Amino acid sequence: MKRLFPILGVITAVLLSYALYEALVAAPTEKTMGDVQRIFYYHVPSAWTAFLLFTINFVASVLYLIRRSSVADAIAVVTAEVGVVFCTVVLVTGPLWARPVWGIWWTWDVRLTSTLVLWLIYVSYLMLRRFSTSGQTPLLAAVLAVFGALDVPLVYFSIWYFRTQHPQPVIGGGGSIDPHMLHVLLINWIAFLCFAFLVCWSRYRLERLRREVEEMQSLESMLESRGVR
Amino acid sequence: MTYLYAAYAATWVIHIAYLASLLRRYTRLRKEIEELRRK
Repeated sequence: MKRLFPILGVITAVLLSYALYEALVAAPTEKTMGDVQRIFYYHVPSAWTAFLLFTINFVASVLYLIRRSSVADAIAVVTAEVGVVFCTVVLVTGPLWARPVWGIWWTWDVRLTSTLVLWLIYVSYLMLRRFSTSGQTPLLAAVLAVFGALDVPLVYFSIWYFRTQHPQPVIGGGGSIDPHMLHVLLINWIAFLCFAFLVCWSRYRLERLRREVEEMQSLESMLESRGVR
Repeated sequence: MTYLYAAYAATWVIHIAYLASLLRRYTRLRKEIEELRRK
């Protein structure tokens, strides 16, 4: 497994570079918006990756609630944290795209607001995990994650069922996309998925290490309290 | 083009900042493990 990580790292770096070239150079320029539309190739794959990570977080949290598995709990923490990073990218690149196209940085419509709420839910989840000292923290976090995951379909389907400023989805919705643009979009998504996988892998190893340190510390304090040392 | 470059730069600044935070946490944990082993 240790050998696989650098190999995957190189493949991901090549993929990300190729995806960047495709997004900035090879993809056709959109007629109405011009070059600024190329933000799409980072904004949309980041959103899809965040949705996927929050969905994995939901599954891992449900598994934790059923089996009390520490692996499921670790996966839930990892995917929530990396998901928040990708969701932050969405919330930063969105206004940078909206300003030149809509003339505003932000509007409180359903899509944008529900995305912000999603981000806030998972930031709360991470704060709970970081600052709560209760032994019930993983259980409370898992329950919060299950409720938080309800916002994911709301964000995704909000542009189908509500009148919003945000454009229609390009896949499976009312929108349409040039085949070359779709190709570039999918390449960028694959590249971001590989990157997210590697980041999750690193974060998972870190989480395991953190738990080991916690166990060692609690063992040490137990020995000290018994006067062994 | 300013907004486009700003969006791409912001994306990588966010990702690199997160990776740096992971590295910092990893270094701190390694130090803690060494200290615990010394005890």
